[in-house]
Amino acid sequence: MATSEHQLPEVKRPSATTLPRRGFVEALLGTGFLATAAAFIYPVLRYFVPPQAVDLGGDSVVAAKVGDLKPNSGKIFRFGSRPGLLILSADGQYRAMSAVCTHLSCTVQYRPDLKEVWCACHNGKYGLDGRNISGPPPRPLLAYDVQVRGDEIYVSQRREG
Amino acid sequence: MAMLQSKSHASAFPRCLLATSLLLLAASLSHAQTKNSCLDCHSALPAQLGVTQEQFSHDVHEQKGLTCVSCHGGDPSSDDPAQAMSRKAGWKGPIERRQIPQLCGSCHSNPDFMRRYNPGLRTDQLAQYHTSVHGKRLAAGDSKVAVCTDCHGVHDLRAPNDPQSTVYATNVAKTCSHCHSDAHTMAGYKIPTDQYAKYTTSVHSQALMVRGDLSAPTCTTCHGNHGAAPPGVASVPQVCSTCHVFQAQMYEKSSHKAAFDSAKLPGCVVCHENHAIAHPTDAKLGTGPGAVCMQCHTPGDRCDQAREQILSQSTQLDTAIKAADQELALAEASGMEVSEARLGQNEARDALTKARVAVHSFQVKEVSANVQAGLKTANKDLAAGQQAMVERNHRRIGLGLSLLAIAIVLPGLWLYIGKIEK
Amino acid sequence: MTVLQNVGNWLSERLEWEELIAPLKKKTVPRHRLSYWYFLGGITLFLFIIQVLTGILLLLYYRPGASEAFESVQYIMTQVQFGWLIRSIHSWSANLMIFTAFAHMFSVLFLKAYRKPRELTWVTGVVLLVLVMGFGFSGYLLPWNTLAFFATKVGTDIAGQVPVIGHPIMVFLRGGEEVTGATLTRFFGFHVAVLPGLVFLLLVIHLLFVQRQGMSVPPRVEKEWEENPAARRELKFFPNFALRELMAWYVGLGVLGALAALFPWNLGVKADLFASAPAGIKPEWYFLFMFQALKLIPSKIWFMDGEVVGILTCALVGLLWMLLPFFESDRKARSQHWITGISVFALIFVVTMSVYGYVAK
Repeated sequence: MATSEHQLPEVKRPSATTLPRRGFVEALLGTGFLATAAAFIYPVLRYFVPPQAVDLGGDSVVAAKVGDLKPNSGKIFRFGSRPGLLILSADGQYRAMSAVCTHLSCTVQYRPDLKEVWCACHNGKYGLDGRNISGPPPRPLLAYDVQVRGDEIYVSQRREG
Repeated sequence: MAMLQSKSHASAFPRCLLATSLLLLAASLSHAQTKNSCLDCHSALPAQLGVTQEQFSHDVHEQKGLTCVSCHGGDPSSDDPAQAMSRKAGWKGPIERRQIPQLCGSCHSNPDFMRRYNPGLRTDQLAQYHTSVHGKRLAAGDSKVAVCTDCHGVHDLRAPNDPQSTVYATNVAKTCSHCHSDAHTMAGYKIPTDQYAKYTTSVHSQALMVRGDLSAPTCTTCHGNHGAAPPGVASVPQVCSTCHVFQAQMYEKSSHKAAFDSAKLPGCVVCHENHAIAHPTDAKLGTGPGAVCMQCHTPGDRCDQAREQILSQSTQLDTAIKAADQELALAEASGMEVSEARLGQNEARDALTKARVAVHSFQVKEVSANVQAGLKTANKDLAAGQQAMVERNHRRIGLGLSLLAIAIVLPGLWLYIGKIEK
Repeated sequence: MTVLQNVGNWLSERLEWEELIAPLKKKTVPRHRLSYWYFLGGITLFLFIIQVLTGILLLLYYRPGASEAFESVQYIMTQVQFGWLIRSIHSWSANLMIFTAFAHMFSVLFLKAYRKPRELTWVTGVVLLVLVMGFGFSGYLLPWNTLAFFATKVGTDIAGQVPVIGHPIMVFLRGGEEVTGATLTRFFGFHVAVLPGLVFLLLVIHLLFVQRQGMSVPPRVEKEWEENPAARRELKFFPNFALRELMAWYVGLGVLGALAALFPWNLGVKADLFASAPAGIKPEWYFLFMFQALKLIPSKIWFMDGEVVGILTCALVGLLWMLLPFFESDRKARSQHWITGISVFALIFVVTMSVYGYVAK
């Protein structure tokens, strides 16, 4: 790109006759600098504003608050990019598992009348520990760990070993 | 270092193998306790009579401590064939085909005996076999039909939960096809031989063989195993309903139930076939190829109208889901984050699955309820995708403005340089 | 204006400002048909400044740690206003910076700017390039996505192949035998503390050298000027050259903004420690030429492990590369030719291997 122009600025430097009137260049530059500074600073200032949501969780999420669930009921929560199911069983124990049916990936739900996890798509049933009991599901639901810390119920990926 | 390691591995390997085989040998010797002269000769004999130690070691019976004598009798302690295989020593000779079920049953039908080895194992196989088409024909003198060993194998008979067993879930269909797909063998029975070929095209075979879903049905799931017989016309819905509970419940309550029963039509099979059960699509409800309704119904009647509505509704939901998917994919490709809506799409797909299940009620309103719920979600997701695209356009406008600002500075600088260098 | 001048005067009384900037005022830049290439170093510096600024901004929301890193980047991209822009600029600028750094290096090579007395400028430059690639390698892992996870696994594995010291180095890099959350913590530390410190130090030295020695004039131009002294031209560094550089920076800013807005950097899928590696895993493009070259080496060379030979060769070539200026003797003609030959070969090698690595499965 450089080889054709032997002397950098001379070639394109505006000649005296076409030189804009005094002050124009400064005004142009000033406007440009201000505009770019604004384009630079505005996003950064907006970036400083803390968003509404505190975070997106991680391997462990707050699935619910203590008291959100009545005994013998369940709740779907977001676990990363998939739904999870939190159950408070009739005997007062929290259990959590993936809510993605192992048959055709429908979202399962807790059935208080059956005291079982149930998939509405093809009537698949799972036990409270996630084991497939009847219907088409080929595999158990992935069980998660539940911890109650303060009044928050944390669900986390189960670690092996 | 890696090289050294791999070298030491390589030299350790044969030594390890040697040790294992010695151990195995010792174990099998101590297991057999006494001498077994049968294999000495038979391991050297050609196919029909040949059984090697290696082969027999896979046999579940060998692993439980049974030997050749357990089935064939004779005296394995003698090296003299005449003595070893003398009738006096209880040698039974080759077992005749028609005797096989009885022979196996002598142990397998004896609960007291089986409890010692596997208390959970059922002991009704022989009784079931007698009720099967195979068993009945055998009793009638047809020795071509399947007996225990035809399916389970012999001398290297593995437990059914061993993936190499001939009766392991994924191998059953192949095993049945040995006879049932052989036109020569089946010649006298006047039944088709294309079941296996058809089954391999089915959604069930896909689930079992491709997805590895061991709960998916194979031949024996619908026909029974020891009591194998085709399910009668009347019992088809019962058989299918062991897995397809919802569809069966809806069908039971529907008008089709009575109509099919009175016409002696085999329920589910009427629309879905028996062996070549394909993954059902909305095309089944249409009028084009693969459509089923209009084979019986008259165009324009009340049922045809209902069909039309059910079809258009589920197509509508399907289209809506695809449209939302497309929009979300577009937004994602533009770098927008739409994982929340992506998650919502699962719900919409659930609704479509439920709507397709509800088709078995043959009621427009049942299908409609699911479709409406799904449409609501899909449209919400579509809106989210569109919103993301609007946001993307905002970004581009912002970019345009910033580039404009830069575009003002550049000539400004150029002119300024020109000015100070003049 | 008067207020500003007063403040300026007040400061200059105390800092002796004038003396500080005096060399800058006197500094000139040779002006010839190849002057354009002088901009590359400045653009690299500009991109580095962008990296520091956006990096600091990202630190406001980023959380190192296997269970949170991916989510926090996702959070920056989706929840934080203009977070997508900041992160995309950081990623794009990183890649552009490595590209301009390479371009800068080859321009210095072809313009022969590394010659005596500028050997140490070259040495610091090569070390800076290595550090910048270290920035790339460590930063790539921080979003904790699948591709980064496996790229790190493969990359540290290669380091582990070196005899004797390889394994301890690998364990040091990974914070254990395997790539885990501990690796992420370490890489984060390297990326935001260790490397910036080292780069800053070397950058200062590098720039001081450039300031002290001025810009090199390519031998051919020098010769022309010797024959015809009237043709010799110079440009004042400040403001004439600086303003031109500023234009280049502005163009860079525009390109960066456009890339970030039109092609936001992808986040990918969260790393799963137990997942099997996706097929055809490749490192970032700036490691591709080494990666591909290593792949082409047969697994056994004579009695040695091919990979080990490859890695050692790589390290040796890198070292010789850094010491390149010292091989150029004063007896010009001959040594100059073979160094130019090597440079051409190196450029062709890097480009071909990169393209081959990109195309190869």
